[in-house]
Amino acid sequence: MTVAGLDQIFVTLKDILVAHTPAPLQTIVGILITIVPIIVIFPALFAVTTILERKGLGRIQNRYGPNRVGPWGILQPMADAVKSLTKEDLVPRAADQVVHYLAPLVLVGASFLGFAVLPIGRNMTAVNLDAGVLFFFAIGAGTELAVFMAGWSSRNKYSLLGAMRAIAQMISYEIPLILSSIAVVMIAGTLSPTLIVERQAAFSHGLAHWNLFTPWGLAGFILFMIAGTAETNRSPFDLPEGESEIIAGYFIEYSGFKFALFFLAEYLEMFAVSGLGITLFLGGWSSPVSFLAWIPSWAWFFTKLLALIVGFIWIRGTMPRLRMDQLMNFAWKFMLPMTLVVIVSAGIWRFLPVSFGGSAALGGMVRWLVCALVIVVPYVIFARMLGRGNHIEKRVYRFAE
Amino acid sequence: MTLPFLILALLTLAGGVAAMTLRRLVHCALALAISFAGLAGLYLNLGAEFAGLAQLLVYVGAIAILIVFVILLTRGGDADPDSSFSPASAGSVVIALAVFAVLAWAVNTSSLAHVATLQPAPPSDKTGTLQIGQALMQHYVLPLEVIGLMLTAAMIGAVILALRDKRIAAEPKDSELRAS
Repeated sequence: MTVAGLDQIFVTLKDILVAHTPAPLQTIVGILITIVPIIVIFPALFAVTTILERKGLGRIQNRYGPNRVGPWGILQPMADAVKSLTKEDLVPRAADQVVHYLAPLVLVGASFLGFAVLPIGRNMTAVNLDAGVLFFFAIGAGTELAVFMAGWSSRNKYSLLGAMRAIAQMISYEIPLILSSIAVVMIAGTLSPTLIVERQAAFSHGLAHWNLFTPWGLAGFILFMIAGTAETNRSPFDLPEGESEIIAGYFIEYSGFKFALFFLAEYLEMFAVSGLGITLFLGGWSSPVSFLAWIPSWAWFFTKLLALIVGFIWIRGTMPRLRMDQLMNFAWKFMLPMTLVVIVSAGIWRFLPVSFGGSAALGGMVRWLVCALVIVVPYVIFARMLGRGNHIEKRVYRFAE
Repeated sequence: MTLPFLILALLTLAGGVAAMTLRRLVHCALALAISFAGLAGLYLNLGAEFAGLAQLLVYVGAIAILIVFVILLTRGGDADPDSSFSPASAGSVVIALAVFAVLAWAVNTSSLAHVATLQPAPPSDKTGTLQIGQALMQHYVLPLEVIGLMLTAAMIGAVILALRDKRIAAEPKDSELRAS
């Protein structure tokens, strides 16, 4: 099989399957073949991620992690699935029955919709929307409402507190999330994820045109992933769950499979945000260097996704949880101005000449340095301003040393 | 009338009716969110991609959340169960019908409605977002900037109001503490 054939194997497979179905069913079969893999693959990835996360956190925290089910405990996700399926589904008597039932369904449904516009391979976008990036952010509204539904309908002060925290956090970090992706949209000149990836898939001197390799792209990617971490309530932004304060936040009153649905939705959102980050900054399905371009596009996408997931797990194992005031100060006094600076830098990048004094290499370097300076100088100023008044001293442990 | 249109129209109408008739305010707000989402679906169904997604982003993402927050922060989410049909609601029904009649008359007699029926525009959802963007950034760039300035001023004003409120509210507490 040729390299191009392997790259397009799923697209070809779909075409063959659609061609062999009777004509009246072709549309619906085509739609099903597009949707079902998304509904199968990402929950499977969720199962893989849970075991990876528990093992990884165990390694970071000097313990074993799950090691009983199957060899090295790798069958633990199956045991978890059986457990959550067979557990009793408790609903509090005072709970609002309908809203309590609907909240996890709305949450999972909205989380799945985000994958519709992500190009997971060459010619492998489920819905090729012209305004796909906008669609992705519009769908995020559904998750916010679902979180509120869960927190309010449970009739529990901890769950309501968790929901309020979650919504406040989601609204605050949605702004830097959207603004940091605007720089990419400005440079690419389109809102379509497919076209954004195609713009980044070209090579010059063996290096891909990823947005990550530009100063505004690098800063934008870091800001985007921080905002994405907060948007998906992952540690260190897991205040809405805060096990030590409000037990589990908005899904405290959910048990059995509904609890598992909340977990699934959280991980799906993490995958979706990582997928959008990959699409916008890491060149989607394209390879970073031209001599690796023979690796199939979908393999690149999922490799990048797994790398970002490992990053998420690593951060979760390393960072302590933020306080509420730190969370808000960070969002409004640092993230928001920095994303605006990134947008300005991207604008300068667009209008600076590529060649300087007749030399393309020099021009490229000058452009890179100027745009990097536009970001670094405000960064230092903002960091100084935020850090003023915080006297961080070396902590003295009286009994631990 | 296609099937998607019927489903979306039913969803929008059912959401609107539920928002008016349900007793708990939070339920009403959620039903209103369904209605907003149905309306966004109708825009998408018409090929107005940008308008539909903006509707979803602004109304479901911001307005519905704002309504829900307002309900929670003011009344605790519980309305008295007997007040859903008061004598005042007859008057509001009349007003609502009058507004609907005026809107329907205006839409029906406007030139746009007849232009659309005479020559159905080709579904140009591939260019809609691009055209809106170009119009906003080239032809209407001055109004856009003015609106941006106005919104910024409104935002700063809201922040200043909130700040002043906090200071006034904080002062009596201090004296209370000292008195006790």
